[in-house]
Amino acid sequence: MQQTAKELKAALAQGKTTAAAATAAYLEEISKYDGVYHAYNSINTAAVEDAARVDERLAEGLTGLLAGVPIAIKDNIATENLPTTCSSRILEGFMSPYNATVIEKLAEAGAVILGKANMDEFAMGSTTETSYTGITRNPWDENRVPGGSSGGSAAAVAAGLAPVALGSDTGGSIRQPCAYCGLTGIKPTYGAVSRYGLLAYGSSLDQIGPIAHNVEDCAAVLSVIAGYDEKDSTSAEGVQFDFAAALNDDLRGKKIGLPTNYLGEGLNPEIRAAILAACEKFTELGAEIEEFEMPMMEYAVPAYYIIASAEASSNLQRYDGIKYGYHPESFTDLEDLYLTTRSEGFGFEVKRRIMLGTFALSSGYYDAYYQKALKVRTLIRQAFDAAFAKYDAIISPVAPTTAPRLGESLSDPLAMYLSDIYTVSVNLIGIPAIALPCGFDSENMPIGMQLLGKAMSEETLVNLGYAYQQHTDWHLRTPELKTELNTEIEMQKEAE
Amino acid sequence: MEIDAKMVEYVAELSKLRLSEDEKVLMQQDLTRVLQYMDILNSLDTSAVQPLTHVSGVENVLREDVAAGSFGRDKILQNAIAVEDGCFKVPQTVE
Repeated sequence: MQQTAKELKAALAQGKTTAAAATAAYLEEISKYDGVYHAYNSINTAAVEDAARVDERLAEGLTGLLAGVPIAIKDNIATENLPTTCSSRILEGFMSPYNATVIEKLAEAGAVILGKANMDEFAMGSTTETSYTGITRNPWDENRVPGGSSGGSAAAVAAGLAPVALGSDTGGSIRQPCAYCGLTGIKPTYGAVSRYGLLAYGSSLDQIGPIAHNVEDCAAVLSVIAGYDEKDSTSAEGVQFDFAAALNDDLRGKKIGLPTNYLGEGLNPEIRAAILAACEKFTELGAEIEEFEMPMMEYAVPAYYIIASAEASSNLQRYDGIKYGYHPESFTDLEDLYLTTRSEGFGFEVKRRIMLGTFALSSGYYDAYYQKALKVRTLIRQAFDAAFAKYDAIISPVAPTTAPRLGESLSDPLAMYLSDIYTVSVNLIGIPAIALPCGFDSENMPIGMQLLGKAMSEETLVNLGYAYQQHTDWHLRTPELKTELNTEIEMQKEAE
Repeated sequence: MEIDAKMVEYVAELSKLRLSEDEKVLMQQDLTRVLQYMDILNSLDTSAVQPLTHVSGVENVLREDVAAGSFGRDKILQNAIAVEDGCFKVPQTVE
């Protein structure tokens, strides 16, 4: 059921549907298609009742951009009434004692939670294939990955199993699945959205953000979830986005930097062509595009994986098999309980990053790896500060390729990490970025671009993205869905 | 940086992970490849650069010490392995 939140709001306002009816329709779509795509880990069986209560509030005069709008939630965001598992065995069936701040804000705004979306285990991965609950399939081609780590959230929106979704972005985990699934997503400025109740991966990098069909819906979701929260000590004070003034196509005076070294070797030529075509479109709309060289590009991925893994190794120490989570059937003593819980509860990619991070923080290697990476992070920030002194935004690819086929990525971790080259800098320096569709490749797979801005420039990025979408139709295309898998074709491909 | 089998065992111990023999071999290969790639950072002179641990610039966030409600005990214990007398029950920790 392909519709935007705005279209649904219009239907609600005209009395053509109710929140309860719309929610029931989404649950029906989920039961019809999610057997194939597996966007969801769990479904909110009380969603229709929740929506009926919102209908009552609407009748009493509740207004707001998300009142009565169903939404999918990434499974690393804590919900009191649905399991929160991070798609990990170690949190199978875990029921959070509290709601994340974003969940409270959504409830207050009248959004209706449809369910918890699949993801890479603890958000560690670029394909959603590291999930303990099974893979998610890309709605544009069921034999390809949806991207990751917010692959379930993206697949849900792309397949019309939710109009909008929340994801989280530690190194590209909102933007890259949006690029692979033909969607729009925003990684907000660090501190703009509360991390309270977001199960931690890399605490200095993580941000929750929206995934939707277009910029306007993303702006609607972001305006609801953003804001200062005293429960998150890294929350930024005074954040209050007002996107109404940004929703226009006037780009006169806007200056966009195009880093030519981002378009070099390693980038799929069809993506390069799509980015250049998008630049032409921005020029037509009145913006000025200027080519420049962005320094430090090759250092971002190594710095990112040292810092993210170091923070992960520390954050994931809490999973000890005592207070919550997976616990083994038998163990001999406390040490054995820790070892058995963690060894049986974590998947291999998570173990790999815990090991990498523990090594980088260990005595004798701390200065050479962790401290070094933090210094490189300073240099990366200086390079971006210099660019943002000249430009309102930087345009860039999101990923070097379109969505890979299932099973192609996990065997070579280094290659998978390197595919994050365009996305990780944003998280290292805490700036916002918006990803949006800008074309399709010759195999009809979506191509995404991203616009990067300085801290708290979300309104500028929304303006640029909104203007682009007023004059292009990439974001309007939707995939043809399958109700069952054609295993014969898959087996033939495997045989080849 | 080359990671040897001994280093894998040492880091696994620090990480509180028990790896199978197959996992140890794979981990050694993967960590060596990834860390060798990361050595590219050594080509940058950072002797005069300050580390950036956090981008927000926020430090020591304080608030008034005001009494407020907390989660109920049942909520906190609802996911525990073992509970006794309203407490988490753990294996013996001191001989």
